[in-house]
Amino acid sequence: MNERFELPARLKTTSIALMLVGVLVLIIGGITLLNGDHHDQTRFWIVLLQTSVFFVMITAASVFIQAAASLAQGGWIVAYKRVPEAIGANVWVFGLIAAVVLLFIAFGLDIDGHNPIYHWVHPEGDAILEGKSAFLNKGMFAGFTIVTVALWAFFGRKFRALSLAQEKAPKNSTKIYWTMVKWSAGFLLVYALTQMSTTPWMWLMSIDAHWYSTMYSWYTFASAFVSGMAVIMLFVLTLKNHGYLELVTKEHTHDLGKFMFAFSIFWTYVWFAQYMLIWYSNIPEETTYFKIRQQGPYGLIWYSVFIINFIMPILVLMSRPSKRNYFTVTFMAMAIIFGHWLDFFIMAMPGPMGADWSLNWYELGVFAGFAGLLMFVVYNTLTKASLIPENHPLLKEAVLHES
Amino acid sequence: MAIKKFAVGCYDDVAGLFPAVEKVRNSGYKLHDVYTPFPVHGLDKALGHKDTDLHVAGFIYGITGTATALGFMGWIFTSDWPTNFGGKPHFALPAFIPITFETTVLFAAVGMVLTFCYLNQIMPGVKKHVFHKRQTDDLFVVVLELNEHVSEQEAIDFLKSTGAMETKVEMAESEWWYGRFDKEEEYEKLNATV
Repeated sequence: MNERFELPARLKTTSIALMLVGVLVLIIGGITLLNGDHHDQTRFWIVLLQTSVFFVMITAASVFIQAAASLAQGGWIVAYKRVPEAIGANVWVFGLIAAVVLLFIAFGLDIDGHNPIYHWVHPEGDAILEGKSAFLNKGMFAGFTIVTVALWAFFGRKFRALSLAQEKAPKNSTKIYWTMVKWSAGFLLVYALTQMSTTPWMWLMSIDAHWYSTMYSWYTFASAFVSGMAVIMLFVLTLKNHGYLELVTKEHTHDLGKFMFAFSIFWTYVWFAQYMLIWYSNIPEETTYFKIRQQGPYGLIWYSVFIINFIMPILVLMSRPSKRNYFTVTFMAMAIIFGHWLDFFIMAMPGPMGADWSLNWYELGVFAGFAGLLMFVVYNTLTKASLIPENHPLLKEAVLHES
Repeated sequence: MAIKKFAVGCYDDVAGLFPAVEKVRNSGYKLHDVYTPFPVHGLDKALGHKDTDLHVAGFIYGITGTATALGFMGWIFTSDWPTNFGGKPHFALPAFIPITFETTVLFAAVGMVLTFCYLNQIMPGVKKHVFHKRQTDDLFVVVLELNEHVSEQEAIDFLKSTGAMETKVEMAESEWWYGRFDKEEEYEKLNATV
């Protein structure tokens, strides 16, 4: 069995069209917003920040699931291993974009002597920001950003390279399999120190630099992971729709559906834990974060996020038949990706945009552009190797898998 | 409580058990049950068992727990004994959520364990007949239920033809009963007469 993926013309057209929408929106945004007032300029950059950070995190989640499955010796994922591999191998694309946007915002964005997004760039005269300046400064920000993106991109490509090397290895050789286990352990350490702790502080939490929460990184990780699972699900189902991945059955997609369901609940748990502790202790400098988001102008998005990311998954995905139905899981995967993008929206916007937010052509256009880019690069990578990891020691287990 | 006649066939590995179960199901004999020393994957499907509605029961227990916790706390803090905790509203929903969650899990878990016990007829003190002592050790035991219209010899021959290494016919209690294993002399005598 040698399943070679050839990119169907329709998918190619769709992804290129979406990318064109993104480029078009960027050009129009560059002309209108960047020449507008401070508010418009801030909007141009914060949307790019939110969406590029969202996409680099959901692609890095694919690297994480490979590492976790490899360490747990999970056989079920091997049936569609090429999909998370291809997503992980393209972390560098989104990492590069995010790094350029983030570094420009930290270093280059200056409106009347202050930075509208990262206030901590100029901590002078602000006791809280001065106190945090040993961690929150331009040098640390650049270092953390570059190191994070470089490590995620490196591990994403390394895992793919190891997996392709296994195909050329002698039959029944497990040498590369165990090498992969070692690299996976390394990646979990990297991931714990970046995505699960420092990186969301730097990239997102520092937008509201006076405020902090120790749950924040877990919460961001939960968002990224559940959307990452939804992305894998969408790619797997699209490939199946075009007649590929015959080995992948409902037993496998059922497991992905379980991940989408379980981590939606996990996201709600962390989201609520962060909210409830602050609500209960009721300290003004902490509640200010939720005041604008829940009761202020962002209330609509706040409750939409809760409904899309919790109420819908728990009601739709709870029963076994719905997790085994391709229509419901496709629908829920798209809802979850959009819901968590909205969640990132509400993390990023209120600080710089204040009460005057918009969710309009520019925001949705940038989202479409990134989605098109993700489709384009991942499909392109998928065409480069057989879709079935024939020589993988756990392939038989994956085929026989029952969930 | 009903004493019935059973034909018992013993197999010494799983590989022999599955074809035997299939033959029994195709033969028209009434399959009483299959006993194995450990859980055998896929045996439930081979036996034709359908999924139970245990998870639906679990959902109903969970919802009951949610309603109980929210209702009880809501009643206490709004009408029975309203107390001001740090200026929070009397119906302080976020503060109720952790307890509601725990109660939901508790109701669902305990309810499902009890339902599981009921469906499988297992409880401390509930006993069922053991057809072969080695069914908890290393033998896979297939039990057919016989009646007056079925020849014992034919049933034995059939079991042997499916590969049973050991067979016997036995009078036994077909249902569960409540009792103690050390006070079963009368019941043991019943088997000795067959």
